[in-house]
Amino acid sequence: MANVLVFIDNPGQALKKSSLELLTIARSLGETAVALNGELHDGVAAALGAHGAVAVYRPSAQDLDDYLVAPKAAYLAEAVNASGATTVLVENSPEGKEIAARLGVRLGAGVITDVVAVDADGTAHKSVLAGSYNTAAKATTPHTVLTVKANSVTPEPAAAPSVPETVTVDVPADATASAARITAREPKAASGRPDLTDARIVVAGGRGLDGDFGPVEELADALGAAVGASRAATDAGWISHDAQVGQTGKTVSPQLYISAGISGAIQQKAGMQTAKVIVAVNKDAESPVFEIADFGIVGDLFQVLPQATEEIKKRKG
Amino acid sequence: MEETLKIIVLVKHVPDAQFDRHLSGEGHTTDRDESILSELDEYALEAALQLTEARGGSKAGNKVIALSMGPAGAVNAIKKSLQIGASEGVHLTDDALAGSDAAATSLALAAAIRRIGADGPVDLVLTGMASTDGETSLVPAQLAERLGLPQVTFASSLDVDSGRITARRDADTHSETVEAPLPAVVSVTDQINEPRYPNFKGIIAAKRKSITTLSLADVGVDPSQVGHAGSWTTVTSAEERPPRTAGTIITDEGDAGIKLVDFLAAQKLL
Repeated sequence: MANVLVFIDNPGQALKKSSLELLTIARSLGETAVALNGELHDGVAAALGAHGAVAVYRPSAQDLDDYLVAPKAAYLAEAVNASGATTVLVENSPEGKEIAARLGVRLGAGVITDVVAVDADGTAHKSVLAGSYNTAAKATTPHTVLTVKANSVTPEPAAAPSVPETVTVDVPADATASAARITAREPKAASGRPDLTDARIVVAGGRGLDGDFGPVEELADALGAAVGASRAATDAGWISHDAQVGQTGKTVSPQLYISAGISGAIQQKAGMQTAKVIVAVNKDAESPVFEIADFGIVGDLFQVLPQATEEIKKRKG
Repeated sequence: MEETLKIIVLVKHVPDAQFDRHLSGEGHTTDRDESILSELDEYALEAALQLTEARGGSKAGNKVIALSMGPAGAVNAIKKSLQIGASEGVHLTDDALAGSDAAATSLALAAAIRRIGADGPVDLVLTGMASTDGETSLVPAQLAERLGLPQVTFASSLDVDSGRITARRDADTHSETVEAPLPAVVSVTDQINEPRYPNFKGIIAAKRKSITTLSLADVGVDPSQVGHAGSWTTVTSAEERPPRTAGTIITDEGDAGIKLVDFLAAQKLL
């Protein structure tokens, strides 16, 4: 019987870093099993063993991806029961949170989102009210469902690798009955840059860019960073809405956040003030962003950013 | 002639994010003194109004019911919704609800929605993509699970036709089209529309609209199932993070880009 069940949705050919992080946290809590949806490639099976998974549960149905959330939660509830796990870890994506939400109702389990650390007794740590409080929370129910943010731990393989057994779990026949069906899927063009929510460095631009994201993108590429934006920039259509950092966009906690041409009003601050180091470039010395910046430059971003980009390229050789 | 719709919009009164927000009391709950209608709920209300106006509005028998759960002050979120254009309001309020987590909230709201449905079936339950205070986004999915309804969450466009809903969802790597039969629970993003402001006519009209107050007993929920007692999670500690303080601020004298890189190098961030 496992203590912890990690849900991994469609890993493809290799496990993502965030999945390895979930496995690392899971092992710190006890014997770990994995509930997988989608194909199980050899590389993934090997990685699951290297990370100490004792069992891999797989759904009897192959069409869970054709529906929104509900059938995955129904499957996961069955996998929890089959594994005997009392703690379930899910990634903190929008879909991950919703799977956790429905799983919680099915199991009668407390759900805690946006978790950054888990104690041995199951206490989960997170920040709330846009990073203004750190809280600890605990489920009061026999099962606990946690959605864990990316970059919360450094992934480490298990001291003793395992050879996980594979178990097929029956998906309830009515799982798809009242689920919304996905009738079309269009991939978006990949940027080749790191994912905004997982990135170690984010370079973000706002109103001050006046429609030209070139200097932000070039600095981001020199640093190997993701590109973010304020709501003013996404609302103006200068960059895709996916790039929005802030209260109505993504919340990021990178090692470094470089803010260019963003005033830093509360809507933006809510999404980035837990970054480890904040650098701000803005021509208005009164911008609120300077109140939270570790290093601020009052100046023209169209001069400062290209100069920094050139200097980084020079030093990196 | 299109079919008429009965839509429930969930509205929440939340502390204004423009000001400092605080947790207090034994249960570390949010202070709600300076509260407003959650900005993200305005998109759900606008979506409901556009769907019903396309079908002749309230004159044709369409209904947009603003439902809020919360203490006495929550009625302000309902009043604002009525001013914007909702046709009636329902306020679920009970002292026992204080401190409810997502599980307890979704249980109470599901009961209130069933109660509203007893006077005629509900076609849609519309919500914002998250509250601007708790920000967990759990409640819409939990409501759908409890009500046994399809969930269509994070819709960036929405169309209802012949008893079916079609929505577009935009994820980072792809966009999806999803379909579900009505009734359904639908959450909408801030990309779906441009919410209207209440106008003078709307503010006057709102005074004549009804707000029904429901207690837990009215919706058949036992007080032990909600609040701190009925919640499945408990907040064991809350600590205010020290506010960030300003660091070094320089004015560009032609070499600020170099100084920026020097700073990154000193922080070992290159």
